[in-house]
Parts: sequence; C-alpha cells; structure tokens
Amino acid sequence: MSLEDLKFSKDHEWVKVEGDTVTVGISDHAQKELGDVVYVELPPIGDTFAKGEACSNIESVKAVNDIYAPVSGEIVDINSALEDNPELINQSPYEEGWMFKMKMEDEGDLDDLMDADIYEEYLQGA
Amino acid sequence: MKKTKVNTAHHKLNGKMIEFFGWELPVQYSGISAEHIAVRTGGGIFDVSHMGEIFFRGKEALNAVQYLTSNNAAKLKPGRIQYSGLLTETGCFVDDLLVYMMNEEEYLLVVNAANLEKDFKWMQDKAGHFDVKIENLSDDYTQIAVQGPNAEKLLSEFTDTDLRAIKYYRFENGKVNGVAAIISRTGYTGEDGFEIYFVSEKDTASAMFLELAEKGKKYDIIPAGLGARDTLRLEAKMSLYGNDIDDSHTVLEADLGWILKFKKGDFIGKEALLKQKEAGIKRKLIGFELTGKGIARHGYPIYVDGREFGIVTSGTYAPFLKKPIGLTYLPIEKCETGSEFQVEIRGKKVSAEVVETPFYKRQ
Repeated sequence: MSLEDLKFSKDHEWVKVEGDTVTVGISDHAQKELGDVVYVELPPIGDTFAKGEACSNIESVKAVNDIYAPVSGEIVDINSALEDNPELINQSPYEEGWMFKMKMEDEGDLDDLMDADIYEEYLQGA
Repeated sequence: MKKTKVNTAHHKLNGKMIEFFGWELPVQYSGISAEHIAVRTGGGIFDVSHMGEIFFRGKEALNAVQYLTSNNAAKLKPGRIQYSGLLTETGCFVDDLLVYMMNEEEYLLVVNAANLEKDFKWMQDKAGHFDVKIENLSDDYTQIAVQGPNAEKLLSEFTDTDLRAIKYYRFENGKVNGVAAIISRTGYTGEDGFEIYFVSEKDTASAMFLELAEKGKKYDIIPAGLGARDTLRLEAKMSLYGNDIDDSHTVLEADLGWILKFKKGDFIGKEALLKQKEAGIKRKLIGFELTGKGIARHGYPIYVDGREFGIVTSGTYAPFLKKPIGLTYLPIEKCETGSEFQVEIRGKKVSAEVVETPFYKRQ
C-alpha cells in the first residue's frame, strides 16, 4: 500500500477510500507513540458512529487510547486477527494492522482529512 | 517541576519525560515492555531520586522509630533494613517505608515521594516528645536503582565493596564511582538488585547514570522508567501507596500482617489492629487475573455476586507474564484462589479470578 492512497485525521487515524467504503487504522507515528499494543477492542459490525465519536480502543501496557470514527457511518467489517495478535498494529500499521471498515454516509467527511504530505507537516508542527 | 540531579542524563538518553508528583521523570526510554523484560532477564537502571530520605538522629532515635512504625526496629543491627508501615491510629497507612539502621543513634527512613511532606510532618507531630532530631534530607540525596539478574556484575565495575557479601535487605557504606554511597540490596521490581544513595553535584549524578547505562549494555542492562517500575512491582505484588494501600484500608486488610509486631511495645495503630485481628477482617487485598477479554486498570469498578464492591486498586497488562493482572479488595469469604468476580471495563462486565500471588517470583 502506498501512503499516497491514504488520508489522515488529526487523531492519527488513517483512512483508505474504496467507493463508499473506508478502511481505518492508526498511523505509524501513532503506533510508535503508543508502544507495544497489547489489546484491541473493536466495534461490533452493524453499529453506526458519528464522525469523531469514540468507536474502538487500543491498549498499550500503560494506557487505554480511544480510536475515533474518522467519518460517519456503519461498521461493515472488522480485523478479527487483532484479537489474538494485537501486535500487528505495531508491525504493520498500514496493512495487516487495519482495524475496521465503515460504510460512509457522507463523502464530505473526507474533506477534513489530510493527505500524507500534509499529515507529515502536521506531525512536524505538533 | 522539580528535577532530580540525574535529569540531564534522562534527556541525553531520550527519556520520555512526564510529571510525577511534582517531579520531572522518565516514564520510559525504549518502551515499557522492553524495559520490563530487560529487568527480568538482564537488568535495568532507574532514577528513583524522588523518593524521600528522612534521618532520625539522637539518643531516642530507636524509641521514636519504634513508636512511629509497625515492624520491630529493635531487631535491626547496623547495616540492616526492614520494610515497615507508618500507620494511622486506625491501623491504616500514612505510608509504607524502609527503615535503615545506620548505628545505635541513627536511622534512615525511606518514604514515597507523593507522601514526603505529609510523612515528615506526621513524624514531627507524633514523635516530638522523643529526644531525636528528625531531618528531611531528600533534596540532597540521589537514589539510583540497579535491578535484575546482572545487577551485581555491573555494579561491581563501579565499586570496591564486596557486593556478594551484601545479603538481601542489608547495606554497606562504600564508594560508587568514587562517590561515598549507601549500597543497599533492595528494590521494587521482584528481582535481585541494588539501590544506591549518595549526595553529589548534578554533573556527578548524571555522569554516573550515563556510565551505568553505557557499561550496562554488555550485560543487557538498560535505562528503565516509571512505567516499567510500576508493572514490575505489580507482577511481584508489591503494594503501591495511593493504589493498593492508603489511609482507609488497614495493614491486615492489605495482607501485610507480617509487618505488625504486636509484642514489641506501643506503636501508633496497634490498638485498632489488635481489635481487628481479634474480630477478624471483612475484606482483603488479593491478586487476580482476567479470564474474560480486556485489561483491568486502576479505578475500574468490581462486582461481587452482581453487586458493586470496590475498585481495581492496581491493574495492567503484565509484560513478562504476558497476561492482564491486577489487585483488588474482596469480601473475606471470596478471597480463596479460584474465586470469581467481575470487573467493569468500559461498561461491560468481564470475568476475573483470584490467583496465588506474587504473580511473578524469581527463580
């Protein structure tokens, strides 16, 4: 996967758009900041979340971190491999470590997300 | 924020700094799991200068310590250390601490950073009538802990003191890297290791920490932060003041009855604890594992037979044992190994089971 295909939120989630479906994970920067991921709680398939709503959790040794829905919509798939292998988020944040897929309600939600180069600048400034 | 004399070294080693009870200290350098596992397999170097050092000096130093603390300090000899409790009249903890016997008229009490001011005032208020000078020298002292199976090998490169001769819970006065130091075979990790106390300039303290880190590499000993210190002590079921012990749970409830020496004479808290011992305790601190999914953390509610009973006092994912563990108080009739209860994690009730402790015991 090329980073250029992804869009990033200010909360360090990444989104890959395919039609009206988005795949969501956390950025390489975010997984490094978290350290070893030891538990992932994924949202139930079929639940709907508003953009910016906490929908999932990633736990490192020290802390629980909320993951926010980057767009509004319905959860249509989850990466159940993370249940037994949460470390995939550290090892492969952009591929095997994807977290869930959502069916987007409004493509306009994507406007607030950043392209990879802008996200990189955002990290430098942060 | 207060800075320890090792502060420069933490920045050089890229420590991730946080505030801890007013101190700027590293929560981690390379990562909590890596540091935790290093301490179990090679070793770790910790800056624990935030701990408080209070000296009791004078003819009645022993009497004052005996009255203020629950263990029997009269059993100590120079060079020996004991774990003890500074207790309220109700038999709960003002703090837990280490008592070092320097000589007949001098004792060193090492207390938690979070409680230092409170403890110091308490000691002055409650032991003012003894012929003893109580001095808080915490700001002068740097404390560095070298912990892990290879700790002795590394530290022996820095001192002429025969470390093998220092047994567990004993200390020697010696020199470390040329600096006069108390070399104590103690720790808060469940591993063998040392805690070194010394008074020096900032540059000397930082240089010593950096040199320990550099020479530690060949023994797989790495700098470790507060994050690993907390997960290590929890695996070893060592209590943390403010979490597992406090001023509302008694020593007996905290399952630390072994630090109560009722026959030694009067001490603060004795009467209440004798009564409770007679009547029997109604709740006790136990160790548990989650049998359901998730990680229990400090403050999560616990349910016994469907009723809310208390909170998880400490909880984490244990990096060496690779499972979620925790401590909580349970009703005394529910404390046997295998007994089940529930922890509420983000609105969901997750099953937990009482297990034998310590969770981890070194071979």
